[in-house]
Amino acid sequence: MTATASADETGAMNAAPRPAAPLSFTPAPGAAPVRRMIAAQAAHEVRLMLRNPEQLLLTIVIPALMMVLFSGESLIATDGPGKRIDFYAPGLFGAAVLSTAFTGLAIGTGFERRYGVLKRMGATPLPRWGLIVAKALCVLCVEAIQIALLSAIALAMGWHPHGDPFSVALLVVLATGTFAGLGMLMAGTLRAEATLGLANFVFLLLLAGGGVIIPLSKFPSGVRHVLDALPITALTNGLRDVLQHGATLPWANVGILAAWAVAAIAAAARTFKWE
Amino acid sequence: MTGLVKRYGAKTAVDGLNLQVETGTITAVLGPNGAGKTSTIECCEGYRKPDGGTVRVLGLDPVTQGDRLRPRIGVMLQSGGIYPTVRAVEMLKHTAKLYANPLDTDGLIERLGLGSAGKTPFRRLSGGQQQRLSLALAVVGRPELVFLDEPTAGLDVQARHATWELIEQLRHDGVTVVLTTHLLDEAERLADTVAIVDTGKVVAHDTPAGLSAANGAGETAIRFTAPPGLDLETLLTTLPAGLTALEQPPGAYTVAGDITPGVLAAVTSWCAAKDVMPQGLNVGRRTLEDVFLDLTGRDLR
Repeated sequence: MTATASADETGAMNAAPRPAAPLSFTPAPGAAPVRRMIAAQAAHEVRLMLRNPEQLLLTIVIPALMMVLFSGESLIATDGPGKRIDFYAPGLFGAAVLSTAFTGLAIGTGFERRYGVLKRMGATPLPRWGLIVAKALCVLCVEAIQIALLSAIALAMGWHPHGDPFSVALLVVLATGTFAGLGMLMAGTLRAEATLGLANFVFLLLLAGGGVIIPLSKFPSGVRHVLDALPITALTNGLRDVLQHGATLPWANVGILAAWAVAAIAAAARTFKWE
Repeated sequence: MTGLVKRYGAKTAVDGLNLQVETGTITAVLGPNGAGKTSTIECCEGYRKPDGGTVRVLGLDPVTQGDRLRPRIGVMLQSGGIYPTVRAVEMLKHTAKLYANPLDTDGLIERLGLGSAGKTPFRRLSGGQQQRLSLALAVVGRPELVFLDEPTAGLDVQARHATWELIEQLRHDGVTVVLTTHLLDEAERLADTVAIVDTGKVVAHDTPAGLSAANGAGETAIRFTAPPGLDLETLLTTLPAGLTALEQPPGAYTVAGDITPGVLAAVTSWCAAKDVMPQGLNVGRRTLEDVFLDLTGRDLR
């Protein structure tokens, strides 16, 4: 069926009347305006990310399934009173941000580096900083899709969020900077296969130990102090402070994330190899 | 480009290379594998920082003035540089958006025979389609100067001719082309000038005809094939002094020197005496291949 359909399409394309003007290669060099280049690159990257089945599984399917399963059944006891969904929704927003900004970006960029895509892009008028900005926009765009989808599921399951959207956005942007910096640090120094394995492994570790699905009160207090300093924990704690408990600007968690973001981005910028 | 030096650790890939390319011409950089062709081109494209010497491309320094240079050049890498899941047409249309006055992508797709590849992911394209897409990406921004690193590697005969015609049209339309190749017929057919590179230096730089003439001073040769192992000593005794005769590889004979009609007659009589039919006999100038092998040696490396 598919083969027939595509053959028909090709036939139709060839049969269509074409302008007779011959192609001229007369030079007319010049870069597009930098905003247009960045917008085009970001849209291109979003298309590629959403088309990749492994990425979709990681960024959309797994967080959505966890939302439905954990919030509906009491698989794991939660902290104190309140509805399970109010605990899980912020945690799974954290998982979604982690999956896109860290795991997805690291694996995608690692393979781009291996396939020479970054090298080829280096020969186009798009400057390197423009490519980084486009990747950041792509990650934020996919995160917006994830959070919209997860919010819809959570609301359907009776979630009642509190707090102000600005605090949520600030936490998400700082966490994105941190995770993207760590992801690029990995993608820019390790082989693509090593990045693939390690990024997934770290994702699972942080899912387990970062207050995403398992309440931190389940861990011994010594371990808990270490876990509290992780960026994923700062994100999930901060999101719960706002969305579950109605806080505005949870400064401690914002501070932890800001420190991580600066360190991670600086480390990535110093070590990244383009080829 | 003067005195270009590029080292990778202890290994010197480019060793004091000088090369100048005229606007609106096709220059072929020819050399054996590992001669330093790709390193040289990558210094021009701004990928590599030279360890010595000066590189100016369109008057700009590719490393420090890359932002101004890149919109004006087109680059075809030796392999890929394209994500496996990206679709052919999608990649071309995206790249076109990065330029101010791109070519009409539909026309370019048709011209390169990529119409049937439209929605196919890059990894499922044939080797030839991948090469042609890569070429399309190099020219879509309407550059003044294109660098093509082995543009016909892995292409079948039809696709190779189509690519040659496209490169000739680029020159006709005023684009300067620098290509690397190790195909001698490609250099001979396309290039206005050929730079033969070996061990990181330009060992010869001239027109194809000039190279053949200069390295052999009009010397001609008779070539033919016949059963291997004929005794060439008996042939040389019948020929004027100063001629050479050689069998390499077995069964392929070359008589080189001042070839006169008398020499030809002597060679055919010698064959007749041995009752041997010389196949594919021709009299001609040294080819670019002869010049190339003389300059770069016959050893495998």
